[in-house]
Amino acid sequence: MSDRTNLPVYAPLGVGRLQGDRTFPAAAKIALADGQLRSNLRSATATIRAKRANVVGEVADWEELRRAGEAIKASTMASLDTLLIELERNVVANGGAVHWARDAAEANRIVTGLVQATGAKQVVKVKSMVTQEIGLNEALAAAGIEAFETDLAELIIQLGHDEPSHILVPAIHRNRAQIREIFLQEMPGVDRSISDEPAVLAGEARRYLRKKFLETKVAISGANFAVADTGTLTVVESEGNGRMCLTLPDTLITVMGIEKLVPTWTDLEVFFQLLPRSSTGERMNPYTSTWTGVTPGDGPQSFHLVLLDNGRTATLADEVGRQALHCIRCSACLNVCPVYERTGGHAYGSTYPGPIGAILSPQLTGLTGDGVNDSLPYASTLCGACFDVCPVRIDIPSILVDLRARHVEAAKAASRIPSGERLAMAGVGWAMAGEKRWQLAQRGAGVLRHSTRRTTIRRLPWPLSRWTASRDLAKPPVQTFRQWWATEHEDPS
Amino acid sequence: MTQLDHNEVTAPRITAALFATCLADTMFPDVAKATVTVLERLGVRVEFPQAQTCCGQMHINSGYQRDALALIEHFVETFEQYEHIVLPSASCAGSIRHQHGMVARRLGKPALAARADAIARRTREFSEFLTDVLKVTDVDAYFPHRVTYHPTCHSLRMLHVGDKPLRLLRAVRGIELIELPAADQCCGFGGTFAVKNADTSTAMLADKMANVLGTKAEICSAADASCLMHIGGGLSRLTSGVRTMHLAEILASTESGETHGVSVRPSRQTSNPGSGNDV
Repeated sequence: MSDRTNLPVYAPLGVGRLQGDRTFPAAAKIALADGQLRSNLRSATATIRAKRANVVGEVADWEELRRAGEAIKASTMASLDTLLIELERNVVANGGAVHWARDAAEANRIVTGLVQATGAKQVVKVKSMVTQEIGLNEALAAAGIEAFETDLAELIIQLGHDEPSHILVPAIHRNRAQIREIFLQEMPGVDRSISDEPAVLAGEARRYLRKKFLETKVAISGANFAVADTGTLTVVESEGNGRMCLTLPDTLITVMGIEKLVPTWTDLEVFFQLLPRSSTGERMNPYTSTWTGVTPGDGPQSFHLVLLDNGRTATLADEVGRQALHCIRCSACLNVCPVYERTGGHAYGSTYPGPIGAILSPQLTGLTGDGVNDSLPYASTLCGACFDVCPVRIDIPSILVDLRARHVEAAKAASRIPSGERLAMAGVGWAMAGEKRWQLAQRGAGVLRHSTRRTTIRRLPWPLSRWTASRDLAKPPVQTFRQWWATEHEDPS
Repeated sequence: MTQLDHNEVTAPRITAALFATCLADTMFPDVAKATVTVLERLGVRVEFPQAQTCCGQMHINSGYQRDALALIEHFVETFEQYEHIVLPSASCAGSIRHQHGMVARRLGKPALAARADAIARRTREFSEFLTDVLKVTDVDAYFPHRVTYHPTCHSLRMLHVGDKPLRLLRAVRGIELIELPAADQCCGFGGTFAVKNADTSTAMLADKMANVLGTKAEICSAADASCLMHIGGGLSRLTSGVRTMHLAEILASTESGETHGVSVRPSRQTSNPGSGNDV
């Protein structure tokens, strides 16, 4: 049953699909060149943004709800160790089994073993971020077990041999014409005459999936929330595919990050209000499923809960960054992010894209100073739109700033040879820390006036060429403000 | 709304220390001059502490907090003696108010953090100082041009200035203020973001410029010289003919043209009062 006594005393780092193979600027460059992607994202994010703003605007005590969500999450994190044991006790008392996984690899081994023990060769899946994070489908495939995604958008992604690019709407980068093409090419037994009408496409997916629900004996889900004091798990969803997976099969395996906990049943009322309005822009999500262990004669008769660390304990250790663990995966921050709107989710290289991904992924994997995920905290203008919409008030801009400092510290520790940027920052900082030095530096900048006869500077050497590639730079003035002030306001006598 | 004359007669003379910001001081002195013009017109005694340099925001937001610490210390030393600190930048005001104490604390300087926090409470961005301290919205400005206003991210979401800049602009005589579509979206500057993530920054700028050009405004204004440097740099590259002007420069303009080096050119086209989407 429980093997938590074997857990290491150190905090394991996150492995799995939390890091891409190129830095954010390099990956973004590719995405930005995709006109179809840009236009799909622009219209999709604008639509969700407007829906969210509407339904949030009609809740008079929205700010109080946000503060309640923040407070519940903060107190949960403060006593996560005891709450997790309480959850385990209550799940087991109700006939479930609990497994503890240090990281993605261990979670995959546990789930694969559980499926193999049933003899099943295929499983149905409820849309879940955490099983994306650990790469469960690939691990199951390697063991000869086929996993079928049953959420419509996840099905599109799976059939298209693609990667999700959004937390809530994983196929946001696809439009209906592209989806029809994927169905025609990849869906077994597809009706060749389907149009690209959304209702027609959904109907075709339903026909295909219904058969899977009825013939599959094992389901795998994530969880939106787990309630410590009752041992209850919850999944909220829109399509009913989750309800099918959670009720029809004989065996249910739920994989859950250890942070998805709330202390008591009544805490759910706050999140059941915050989540649908923030994520789909609905007052209420169509399906809310809750289950506690197993119920004889009703639903799955075998239930396993796999609790995953994969870098979460390490994240919890950081006083500033731990707020990232409060995330309820609503994706409101993605939809308002001006960076995400232009690059889409793939540029972030991780299962978790957008502003939340930019603070969560590098904390789960750790910052090394020269790693790919070290570029993520810089994938933001710090415009602050994400914090304003976050239903649990995660201060994403402040965490980004803190992670940038941690990156610089890690880079310093990793290499004794300072980067050009570090030297430049130290030089400018030194000049600015003294008024005499700064005035000399200002005169130095004034020399740029003579670099061109035009009224603006149109070309600068690397790395400032990245500015002048698309933007002119004003020429420094003949006189700085300081010099003008001295002539106008200082009494020479 | 307090009238200017009333303000001059009854209000005690306020002394404010101007933090010009390193960017305006070095690159855009007209912005700081205009700030002085408006403040002096409203009866404020402006002081310019000569020792001032930079608030350290670029260092903090790029991850170089240790380098920033010296700048925070220098800023605190320079401005600690003043009751009012005013600056023509929402972004720098945001850094002073929300980051100085945080960085000092993070690097184990609680005493410095406490001093920085005290200064933060006395530091106001230009439009805040006018509306909250001087209680003025009509600064007796005249600016007969078609203007659109970009509310910068840090003024909106760090300082929460709301519509204070727009209230000031609406009171300007002769101005035709056009609402900017998707105004609250970032222009893509983000300090070193514009260089580190130049492609994404440019994509964001392209959309911002499209919205600015769509207003058919002559001038795009904002409360931050840094964002205007970005938007203006893009508009200039397109030879769009649209100029950028800081909020202070517009408020400094008067009918008599008595400004510090800011020229108020007469509008080349007659504005049609009924045609604009006035904000």
